[in-house]
Amino acid sequence: MTGFRKLALGGVAMCIGLGMSVAAHADMVIGFSQIGSESGWRTSETASIKAEAERRGIDLKFSDAQQKQENQIKAVRSFIAQGVDGILLAPVVETGWDQVLQEAKDAGIPVVLVDRGVAASEDLYLTKVASDFVVEGALAAAWLAAETNGVCDVVELQGTVGSSAANDRKAGFESVVGNFPAINIIRSQSGDFTRSGGKEVMESFLKAEDGGKNICAVYAHNDDMALGAVQAIKEAGLKPGADILIVSIDAVPDIFKAMADGDTNATIELNPHLGGPSFDAIKTAKDGGTVDKWIKANGPLFLPDTAAEEYAKRSQ
Amino acid sequence: MTGLEDRKNQRKTTMPFSVKLNRQWLGPVIALLLIIIGNGIISPGFFTIRIVDGHLYGSLVDIVHRGASTVLVAVGMAIVIGTRGIDLSVGSIIAICGAVTAVLIRDTSLSPFVILLIALAAGIVCGLWNGMLVAYLDIQPIIATLILMVAGRGIAQMITGGQIVTFHGPFFEAIGSGYLLGIPWRVIIAAVLIAGLWAVMRKTALGLFVESVGGNARASRLAGIDARGIKVLAYVISGLCSAMAGVIIAADIRGADANNAGLWLELDAILAVVIGGAALMGGRFYLGLTVIGVLIIQALTTGILLSGLPSQYTLIVKAAVVMVVLLVQAPKARDMILRAMQRKKS
Repeated sequence: MTGFRKLALGGVAMCIGLGMSVAAHADMVIGFSQIGSESGWRTSETASIKAEAERRGIDLKFSDAQQKQENQIKAVRSFIAQGVDGILLAPVVETGWDQVLQEAKDAGIPVVLVDRGVAASEDLYLTKVASDFVVEGALAAAWLAAETNGVCDVVELQGTVGSSAANDRKAGFESVVGNFPAINIIRSQSGDFTRSGGKEVMESFLKAEDGGKNICAVYAHNDDMALGAVQAIKEAGLKPGADILIVSIDAVPDIFKAMADGDTNATIELNPHLGGPSFDAIKTAKDGGTVDKWIKANGPLFLPDTAAEEYAKRSQ
Repeated sequence: MTGLEDRKNQRKTTMPFSVKLNRQWLGPVIALLLIIIGNGIISPGFFTIRIVDGHLYGSLVDIVHRGASTVLVAVGMAIVIGTRGIDLSVGSIIAICGAVTAVLIRDTSLSPFVILLIALAAGIVCGLWNGMLVAYLDIQPIIATLILMVAGRGIAQMITGGQIVTFHGPFFEAIGSGYLLGIPWRVIIAAVLIAGLWAVMRKTALGLFVESVGGNARASRLAGIDARGIKVLAYVISGLCSAMAGVIIAADIRGADANNAGLWLELDAILAVVIGGAALMGGRFYLGLTVIGVLIIQALTTGILLSGLPSQYTLIVKAAVVMVVLLVQAPKARDMILRAMQRKKS
């Protein structure tokens, strides 16, 4: 009985499988191994890549690894077994990918790393499609320089010490600020990318700088720390966004609300729309073209004038 | 029972004991004073306290303000450690209770006070869970509470749907950063809760029961103390304290951050208890000294932030100072220093 049932089930599954592969007869079949959905940003990255695949008529096979590397390796192996045309991989950690990337390479399937890199030889993957954190920091500095006519004492809320986002956003900001002798970074501490961290560090900056009178602007390595700083500034009796300018990075939904309320002044999007450039790269490689090893997909700078509208769009 | 009464009286009357107690206070209090003085030297304006918008404002205020949530957690931890236990799940309980608060504010129209009570009840349930595992299933405390430490953050993320849930409302904004007569509400809440706990522990025999269970659970049981009940109670108190801290932390940033709220706070709490002279082997705990321990850690953190020290050195400096504080307190190290000094003299 059970044997028969299994057989019948197998038959049904095969029919469904066949039917699906016929129905989804697409130009390209691409596997996408996503880390999980641990943050709002990642959820929107997944949604954006799925939408882009649908728009282009690509059959996207999606696999959620729930933060586990072994799940991602399994997913990539199953994509290879299915003989997909290309694989998108958002690696949860940097190391331990050599073996499975080699397997994909041997099978002639190009792998595109999205939003993060890996510590493996460059010829094991086709390309990396990700934001350049240095450019984000530089853009924040450029906006600030223009806004303050090149005269400003800035305090910096760094991300987690040692993280590449914190290191590069700091370096990018400093490289541009260095061109303006009257822009000084007077204080810089780590707020660990969290709201409470940003608030606590900002409180101490305000105390140290004469109640905030000496501070012209805050540069926060992410929006959450900026939102914490907004509260600290309010509690010190100052008006964030006016008495002290605030520029931050990531463009999470809540920052648009803060911008619409006039509490912060600018944010730079950590671009989640990585599907387009990734699919382009795979297509180029299939047609025999060459692709850069790092396709920089940086997001735009958002200002308060569009904040209310963006918030409505992003907070559904 | 008369034996216990005797011990209590002895504590009050016999000289050697009170002298020993004083010496115990000496180390942490001097350490705290030195750190505060050091802060004053490094950062001018450290001692300035002004009135801004009708409330106290200054770095010293920041220390008690920031320390209020940690102190609650640490005091609960001190009682658990007194029973020879440990509670690693406090950070996760903070995340859960913050999440419960934020989601209830967002999705229901319950009165804020009811929401606060529900959040505290959630903490008590978490404490009950820990206590049952430790007292009735005899699982080692470090493992039993590790379960909730790991799972709790997941539960909190499930409650918030993985997002930072933000909220607004005068009641919780007051808890987070409001003031009563210029004094932060959270400091008042922490002070009242701790004073209540101190009264229950030290003005009744409960504190002695906790210490006797921590010293020898079996002997206590034979002596007629409900050792299991005391253990469960300790974890429930810890859960309740963490829940209050969780509400304060969420109210502070007007949002529940399931990933980061209370992260690694268990370590700060344990450290504060140890600086406060408690033995991790159980059998004794000091609430007052635990409070001093938290103030030492917070004064250090605030001082480092004010000093403008590059962030990559923050943890090293913190570790070094904490090590010195602990060394000065260790009886063996202190004896060695004293002996070396005497030898020099003679």
